[in-house]
Amino acid sequence: MSNNKVSKEHNEYLRKVKKRKYTISITQITILIVGLLLWEIAARFNWIDTFLTSYPSGIWKLFLQYTKNGDLFYHVGVSVFETIIGFLAGTILGILIAIGLWWSDFWAKVLDPYLVVLNALPKVALAPIIIFWVGNGQKAIIIVALLISVVVTTISVLNGFNEVDEDKIKLLKTFGASKFQILIHLIVPASIPTLISALKINVGLSWVGVIMGEFLVAKEGLGFLIIYGGQISQLDTVMVSIIILSILAYLMYEAVEFAEKKLTKIIIVVKNQICPLSPASRAREEAGIISMMLPPTTSSLLCMIYPLSEPLP
Amino acid sequence: MEEKKVVEIKSVGMTYHTLDGETEAIKDISLDIYHGEIVVLVGPSGSGKSTLLSIIAGLINPSKGEVLVNEKKIGGHNKEIGYMFQRDHLFEWRTILQNVLLGLEIQEKISEETKEYANKLLETYGLGEFKNSYPRQLSGGMRQRAALIRTLVIKPDLLLLDEPFSALDYQTRLAIADEVGIILKKEKKTALMVTHDIAEAISMADRVVVLSNRPATVKDIIPIALSCPNGVKTPLKCREAPEFRYYFNKIWKELDVHV
Repeated sequence: MSNNKVSKEHNEYLRKVKKRKYTISITQITILIVGLLLWEIAARFNWIDTFLTSYPSGIWKLFLQYTKNGDLFYHVGVSVFETIIGFLAGTILGILIAIGLWWSDFWAKVLDPYLVVLNALPKVALAPIIIFWVGNGQKAIIIVALLISVVVTTISVLNGFNEVDEDKIKLLKTFGASKFQILIHLIVPASIPTLISALKINVGLSWVGVIMGEFLVAKEGLGFLIIYGGQISQLDTVMVSIIILSILAYLMYEAVEFAEKKLTKIIIVVKNQICPLSPASRAREEAGIISMMLPPTTSSLLCMIYPLSEPLP
Repeated sequence: MEEKKVVEIKSVGMTYHTLDGETEAIKDISLDIYHGEIVVLVGPSGSGKSTLLSIIAGLINPSKGEVLVNEKKIGGHNKEIGYMFQRDHLFEWRTILQNVLLGLEIQEKISEETKEYANKLLETYGLGEFKNSYPRQLSGGMRQRAALIRTLVIKPDLLLLDEPFSALDYQTRLAIADEVGIILKKEKKTALMVTHDIAEAISMADRVVVLSNRPATVKDIIPIALSCPNGVKTPLKCREAPEFRYYFNKIWKELDVHV
């Protein structure tokens, strides 16, 4: 497969690919810099009304001021906390509901129209009711963030579950598998790609929920800063918040990707230690080294999650 | 051949119900399968061959009649049966060895002894060095062989093969059919196979059962006695037997194909 003697043509090809990648990065950065420069110049020469558009150096100054008195960190912290909690709760709850509906075809059919309606309904419309019920505070914001991701998660994960090949289920049935065995040996491992894409979508959705929630509750957080800045006609504040928001949303998305890869690696290492069927533990067994032992239930549950035994394609 | 009945199919009938009406897939099928023999079912498309296999495997209940496996009436799932599908259905996230052990794991029969047996089968049938590979690293033929071993590892009394080679390309198909035929005879397994391929049926079978159009009934049962060249009884070699053409024409006529 790998050939030591690389032909000239191949070298040329590699060089081209590299060059193209490089050109794309350079262009991306250039657009950003030129855009900021034009914005700043237009503001300096009074081509645009800075009251309406703000301008980069003003935004930067405000950013420094906010970071100095620590206000910014406080608001960022609040929003990040709410997002993470809403994201985790929405995802976990959505997956659990999807498992429940997969389990009972009857209830999946019964609840189908309700799910469709809930999915079509903008969840933010429920926010005033939620604030009324749980109080005007963080609880309400987290619930809005949760609501916004839970229905989508349920629907997409359930779809993933239902797309698993019928014949594979039949195969497990010929071995006499119980419904629970089918779930953990086949349905969940086969749906890992769906689960991960649900996670990635939910990061974005949770931010929408949190910002909308903060708009309404209007006490603290980046959403509050945006609304507040708008109300006191201070576009700089709004701009700072929006820029920080985009950076945070991007970082969280990257964090999910990073966690996905890292988690996979950690699980491989642990599994290779304890799972009786893993190549590494077999090799050790053959070499006469006794594997570390865990209580059978713990290790067998972990070992059932096979898909994570290697990076996904 | 021992005259011990592994399967007794007693006037089984099957009717499917849908909102559009009912379809009689199987009318009245009776058939006995003896220990160590390979019986091949051929029949027109949609003649309920796969339905019959599902009934024997205990996956669906027949509308009429009953099936006895080892003189016991089947109810629900039957652990004495191994089922092999058109496609290999190996799980991409498991290594070949882990795939092969799937059935044992589900039946909670993983032990040193059974693992030993699985390894032995993998070694014997040329997958030893691939046991820690993942399915996508294997060729179609090797994957199907792994699927067969996955079925053999649970030591079934009866193997049900549902068009096991039809997803393979022609050359691989010939080679794998030959191998599987040899493996089944060597491991002294009883097997019931469904196929569309008349030549494949004749080369592998001890008896060929011809089914009629839907609703399926047994049209004819043809015992196959091929005088294989040099006494080498492998499916591929037996295709050279002088009687081969006679059986081929007989089954072709029985099938009564009109296009």
